[in-house]
Order: sequence, then C-alpha cells, then structure tokens
Amino acid sequence: MAAYWPSLIGGMLIGLSAAVLLLINGRIAGISGIVGRLAQGADIASNGAFVLGLVLGPVLYLLAFGAWPAVTITASWPLLILAGLLVGFGTRMGSGCTSGHGVLGLARLSPRSFVAVASFLAAAILAVAVIRGVGA
Amino acid sequence: MKAGRIIVALLAGLIFGFGLALSGMMDPTRVQGFLDLGSIPDGRWDPSLGFVLGGAVVVAFLGVRLMGRLQHPVLDQSFHVPTNTKIDRPLVLGSILFGLGWGLGGFCPGPAVASLSLGLWPSVVFVIAMISGMLLHDTFIAKRAA
Repeated sequence: MAAYWPSLIGGMLIGLSAAVLLLINGRIAGISGIVGRLAQGADIASNGAFVLGLVLGPVLYLLAFGAWPAVTITASWPLLILAGLLVGFGTRMGSGCTSGHGVLGLARLSPRSFVAVASFLAAAILAVAVIRGVGA
Repeated sequence: MKAGRIIVALLAGLIFGFGLALSGMMDPTRVQGFLDLGSIPDGRWDPSLGFVLGGAVVVAFLGVRLMGRLQHPVLDQSFHVPTNTKIDRPLVLGSILFGLGWGLGGFCPGPAVASLSLGLWPSVVFVIAMISGMLLHDTFIAKRAA
C-alpha cells in the first residue's frame, strides 16, 4: 500500500484542480476539451494559461523532489503517431478523455461519462493485450 | 474578472500537472502496467491508476456537491457544464478509438501535454499527432455533423 500513496495524493490534487476550476471559473477541467479548443484558437488566454500551468506542473515537481517524474516510452515511432492520432480524434468525437469523462464525468454521476469510461477502458485493455501478445 | 480567471486557470493547470507528476501517470509504461490485466495472475499488475482515479473522483465529487450550493461560480455568471445526456454513437465510437490509442501509446491527453516539459522527442511527436487528430475531427467530422 505504501507505494500507492503518491498515486492517491497525486490523484487527489488532480481532483482539487478540477474542483478549483469548476467552482471559481465554472469550467470543466477536461484536457482534451481545453487543448482542442486552444488548437482551434478559442479563448486562448484561459485555455493557454491552463495548458501552460499543466506543462509547468512537472517543473514544480522537479523543484520539490530534485528529479523529473519518470517517463518511459517504449512505443515505436509509427505506433506513437498512430496512438496520438487515435487519442486526438477519439477524444474529440467522444467529447472527453480520462479527465473530462473519467474524473469530472464520474464525479457528476453522468451516465454518458460512465459509458465513455467503460468504453475507453475496455478498448485500452484490449490494445495492451494485443501489443503484449505480439510483443510490440 | 477576466485576469482573475486567467490566473485561476494557470493555478489549476499547475496543480493538475504537479498531481500528474506525483501520481506516476505521466509514465506510459506504468499506465500500460495497469491496463495489462493479463499480468494479474503472475502478480506483476500495477494498480496505481486505480488509486489516481479514485482519489481524483472523490475530491472532484466534493467540488461538484459544493457547486450545487452555489448560484454561480466565483468569477463567472454561470457554470459551463455539459448538458447533453444522449448516449449516442459518437460517444461510444470516439471513446473506443481514444481507448485504443491510450493503450497503444500509454499516453492520454493530460500526461502527454505535461510531459512536454521534459523535452523528450517521443512525447513531442505524440502531442503533435494528437492535436492533428483533434483538428482532423473538428475540421471535417464535426462540421459535417453540424
């Protein structure tokens, strides 16, 4: 259990961030929505400020702990590009990702988000089973 | 009020990014370790993501409860929350496509963007592909549906 404290506390901070944005700005902290709207040039100041904070968050971690958080990427270039396209296209089509549907949707007890979370978790589990199977 | 909202957005992003870094979810290998249910029998399964999601949902739930007691958010006239309740094909199909990409790469949008701070080429390439996928959808598919 001890090993999971950072995950639990990190998760609670993500929830806190979502609560702050909701209660003060009245906005959903859905990353695919925020990044998607920013890419379209919509509400650049607020969406840009959130994304800037998101990128600076790990820098804050570096200052606090003296090391970057671990990021180990094993996927090949073509697989990585395919994965990125699927994530971008899919989150816009499905109106959300792990934050919008996963965190806020479940917290709002939204039936749409329960369906979305079940769908993307099942698909992700399947995708990992396939790459583990073929050894990619 | 506008400047206030921008500062709050920056602060919320900062807390979100720090939370992602602390939780371990910026690491695609760890995310895939959670999604790899085939590793449960031999005890290699990593349940971290469950703790991240659980902790996040509980705190966000308290925020949502508090929202119900407020007339409007502190710095805006109204809450901008989704009103669509229809469980339709785009929701399910889009979520499945997202899940496949999430499993293949180990990155979902938040951790992918946060990982840009590390300056690793694979995450830069992933984010460019992700934004291309978003624009592809919003430019062609969303317009056709509208």
